[in-house]
Amino acid sequence: MATQGPIPEIDDPMIDPRTGEYAVIAPGHTFKSVTQKVAGIVLTDNTPMGWLGGLFLAATVAMGVVIAVTWLVLKGVGIWGITIPGAWGFAIINFVWWIGIGHAGTLISAILLLFKQTWRNSINRFAEAMTIFAVCCAAMFPLLHIGRPWLGYWLLPYPNSMNVWPQFRSPLAWDVFAVSTYATISIVFWYMGMIPDFGTLRDRAKSPLAKYAYGMLAVGWRGSTRHWIRYESASLLLAGLSTPLVLSVHTTISFDFAVAAMAGWHTTIFPPYFVAGAVYSGFAMVLTLAIPIRKFYHLEDLVTLRHLDNMAKVMLATGSIVGYGYGMEVFMSWYSASHWEYFMMWNRMFGPMGWAYWVLILTNLAIPLTTLWSRKLRVNAAYLFFLSFVVNIGMWFERFVIVVTSLYRDYLPSSWGTYRATKWDYMLFIGTWGLFSTLFLLFARFAPMVPMSELRTMLPQTKISNGGEDAKAVVQEAI
Amino acid sequence: MPPREGIYGLLAEFNTPGELVQATKLAYGAGFRRMESYTPYPVEEAAEALHFHKTRVPLICLLGGLMGLTTGALLEIWINVWGFPLNLRAMPLFSWPAFVVPAYEWTILFSGLSTCFGMLALNGLPQLYHPLFNAPNFADGASTDKFFLCLEANDPRFDRIETRKLLESCSPVSVVEVQH
Repeated sequence: MATQGPIPEIDDPMIDPRTGEYAVIAPGHTFKSVTQKVAGIVLTDNTPMGWLGGLFLAATVAMGVVIAVTWLVLKGVGIWGITIPGAWGFAIINFVWWIGIGHAGTLISAILLLFKQTWRNSINRFAEAMTIFAVCCAAMFPLLHIGRPWLGYWLLPYPNSMNVWPQFRSPLAWDVFAVSTYATISIVFWYMGMIPDFGTLRDRAKSPLAKYAYGMLAVGWRGSTRHWIRYESASLLLAGLSTPLVLSVHTTISFDFAVAAMAGWHTTIFPPYFVAGAVYSGFAMVLTLAIPIRKFYHLEDLVTLRHLDNMAKVMLATGSIVGYGYGMEVFMSWYSASHWEYFMMWNRMFGPMGWAYWVLILTNLAIPLTTLWSRKLRVNAAYLFFLSFVVNIGMWFERFVIVVTSLYRDYLPSSWGTYRATKWDYMLFIGTWGLFSTLFLLFARFAPMVPMSELRTMLPQTKISNGGEDAKAVVQEAI
Repeated sequence: MPPREGIYGLLAEFNTPGELVQATKLAYGAGFRRMESYTPYPVEEAAEALHFHKTRVPLICLLGGLMGLTTGALLEIWINVWGFPLNLRAMPLFSWPAFVVPAYEWTILFSGLSTCFGMLALNGLPQLYHPLFNAPNFADGASTDKFFLCLEANDPRFDRIETRKLLESCSPVSVVEVQH
């Protein structure tokens, strides 16, 4: 894409002189060098101290989940701040927030694959991993919110002695299907993508344990051409299936709200606006993870400023859609001429929790949508790292505003209440950050974080010269 | 079944995908059919040279999807209309628009799982042992940066001396005999 304005540092070797864009992969790499770079992270004998320290910290924070869930199981959901009318507190806010974060991973791995955006190759593996770990954190919340999580299997349709079946006219039942399918397909897509790379690790591993473990995971992959063709076909099909899946999952989650006859929830704009918000927060989380990882593991050659620039552009686009959604909500609350809608919006902006709305506007719209237009800031890793936190805070507040403001002051003023999260709410929420980071650190240490087989296809050495015409001549001669 | 013994095939190693494709075309032109190339990333030209075009993965995907759709829809209809009918907000028992989402999700679930497992099954994986892993240069190269062509011994045209000559005419890095 053409770029406006002066191009900074034209003598930078990472900038392609023809387009003025940063290269997707640094020049001078070979099949061997990219393989060594990525496999070296996993197969090293010296685990970096920074990684151990990070894991210790993350696992300590994750203990919050263990403590909070144990107490919850002993005492019941009464330890949370949920009351009537605010029966959907942190549990639903955090559920929607985490699952939204996961959506960028699928977007990168599936939608960008279908659009042949090859720059995604170097970031898609850890974005997919992020999806799976985010879904793990997300799925925990509704399961705990049902009160007796050990009976969670009652949500599934199975013949039972109570002779009771799920009720398929409720969006909450749809959620069970949407989220479980999403988790399963994400894991399948992620694992399938790693099979050839596990093969590489098996072949390069020195220790017998690593050879055995990666050998089992690689299921005997040997890079046969016929295997590759079927594999590529399966990858494309899974991408084609994941694309409508990811859109349907957040649509279904928005139905949890939109199908209910609550002021502020009962709107048709919810599905697209939720999906855009999910992608927005997900890309922010990819940046949160990618920027420190490329620095720590010296992956600047593979995850270049081009990736950061492109991700920032996606955030700009989805952030604008989210901004349009906010605008439409305000407009419709006036245009609907509904007293309840009008009051809901007034209460959302200027009620006792109005501050949350303005935090959301500041962090989701005011800061990112003004600064991301600048190319200088889009290729500034430090700024993007800061911004990714800003946006994720903003997206959390968006769900807070949607869940809490509609519930705590509904149609009947005599039943108005308020919502205050308890220390257990906070402990569980912060604990999931630790759980997410722990899982991600383990993944970064023990699995190929960047897809090596896909990186190889991006190198110039893959070009086959003169279309094999020479070969035809040779064949003729031989016959 | 007693373990197979003897020669599995002749394995030629190349440095570039172009040389591999040329050698494959040469061998195909010379009448070889039982052969396979091994690359560290998908090389479409290599598949063309092997005249391998069609995979049945998309068909498996479609069948899986149809099975998921039927299973999901029938499950919901049976539960809500016959198995456990509930009169909720006076909605009709067969309120099909409400059944769309779970049936849709199961379509994707079934087709996704059948695509992945179908691909593995067609490829004959998991298969932890393969004679090629006995070749000294195979494991180090095939999954990193080398390109291999294996002419298999069960091809009627296979001959230890002549086939080796054919492969060596393509100037490979090496040609090695692979044992079962």
